[in-house]
Amino acid sequence: MCLGIPGRVQEIYEADGVRMGKVNFGGIVKEVCLDYVPEIAVGDYTIVHVGFAITRIDEASAQETLRMFHDLGILEEELKPEDHIESVAPPACPVNPWGGAGGRAKSNNQDKK
Amino acid sequence: MRYLAEFRDGEIAQRLAAEVRRITTRPWAIMEVCGGQTHAIIRNGIDQLLPPEIELIHGPGCPVCVTPLEVIDKALAIASRPDVIFCSFGDMLRVPGSHKDLFRVKGEGGDVRVVYSPLDAVTIARDNPHKQVVFFGIGFETTAPANAMAVVVAKRQGLKNFSMLVSHVLVPPAIEAIMSSPTNRVQAFLAAGHVCSVMGYWQYPPLAEKYHTPIVVTGFEPLDILEGIRRAVRQLEAGEACVENAYPRAVTFEGNRPAQRMLAEVFELTDRAWRGIGVIPSSGWRLRDAYRDFDAEARFDVADIQAQESAVCRSGEVLQGLIKPNQCPAFGKQCTPRTPLGATMVSSEGACAAYYNYGRFA
Ligand code: SF4
Repeated sequence: MCLGIPGRVQEIYEADGVRMGKVNFGGIVKEVCLDYVPEIAVGDYTIVHVGFAITRIDEASAQETLRMFHDLGILEEELKPEDHIESVAPPACPVNPWGGAGGRAKSNNQDKK
Repeated sequence: MRYLAEFRDGEIAQRLAAEVRRITTRPWAIMEVCGGQTHAIIRNGIDQLLPPEIELIHGPGCPVCVTPLEVIDKALAIASRPDVIFCSFGDMLRVPGSHKDLFRVKGEGGDVRVVYSPLDAVTIARDNPHKQVVFFGIGFETTAPANAMAVVVAKRQGLKNFSMLVSHVLVPPAIEAIMSSPTNRVQAFLAAGHVCSVMGYWQYPPLAEKYHTPIVVTGFEPLDILEGIRRAVRQLEAGEACVENAYPRAVTFEGNRPAQRMLAEVFELTDRAWRGIGVIPSSGWRLRDAYRDFDAEARFDVADIQAQESAVCRSGEVLQGLIKPNQCPAFGKQCTPRTPLGATMVSSEGACAAYYNYGRFA
């Protein structure tokens, strides 16, 4: 959750008075709030944390980081939180720390289109 | 596990590690504050590239791990209400409360949803006017600007059914608490890069001076971390204690001013309990009076909750760097990522999970 992933701004628009944009993370495109980086323009790179751009970075270091995150499988892990949880969570809790049967529901898909 | 040496820039890593070996003459204990860095260190075997004199102590910088049990229990109570849609970052769902976790609440029929951004929770509130939508607003200074914006947008839109359970924690007071503790063994700190992207690093020079401790602002990639360690060791060996920025491509001294302005508008300082550590003065943020209407603790009556911590879990000692995860008797036995007894085993940034996932059993 705390990582921060670099991506390329490919579109900027306003939604409900907030500066938003589409940011491309090595192929995965997400809607991101750009309000905290007023200087950012289409084509720039930025580090995104929980859907918010927090700082602008240069293209070379962004590309380098994206390549490494891709190598390590971090991109998918960070940007698809639901899938990540499904893969970590067991079908049923074999040793339930609170006793009783382990209950776990299917997660809703709340991911953004 | 994939070691750093296998990567394209393994050669640079080896050179940095060789430089650390060359300049190290004595044992040094260095704390990486941030759980993301702990994860990267263990995942890439960075600690094993270093000379044996250098000990990396894993710090409390994982918000999932330090969110107090009382707050988790409040989240569970709120999420169990039939009129509530409870939204959270995914990492929080398996954090054990006194009696259950959010996954269990969901299994029992609670409407618990994972969101990527806090703004998604605001959208859910707008789309579900007959439900109360509560967002679990945890995290360090990196996450706080996002949560602040969600509250501001909800207020601007006049949403009456959105609120936030806020439990924000701050890095500099935690560093100071560790430095001033009588049991402290840490001789230098790697400060968390993205926290500094937001806050800058103007808060650190007084700390470095007061405790005569080097602080190096460090990024998250293996090479960034090695470079941070190299600079910390260089200072330690030279007897220096200053603040250095080893992550200048994402961090400036003053930080992100628009984000800091928003934080000052929405939040104010408060004493905060850290799970496993205890109360640290002025170490957290809560909503200012102007935004109290959006405080979930005020909206839902959850004041009388009695939290009960696991008797087995030693995550408090892990979070303070007093023991390594694999020194906990439950590690890898009763306690695994599938059956976590403590939050440090749940979060991918928790030290116990990092040790388990990358096979550090001894
Ligand atoms: S291994 Fe499990 S029980 Fe032991 S300290 Fe870590 S989280 Fe707690």
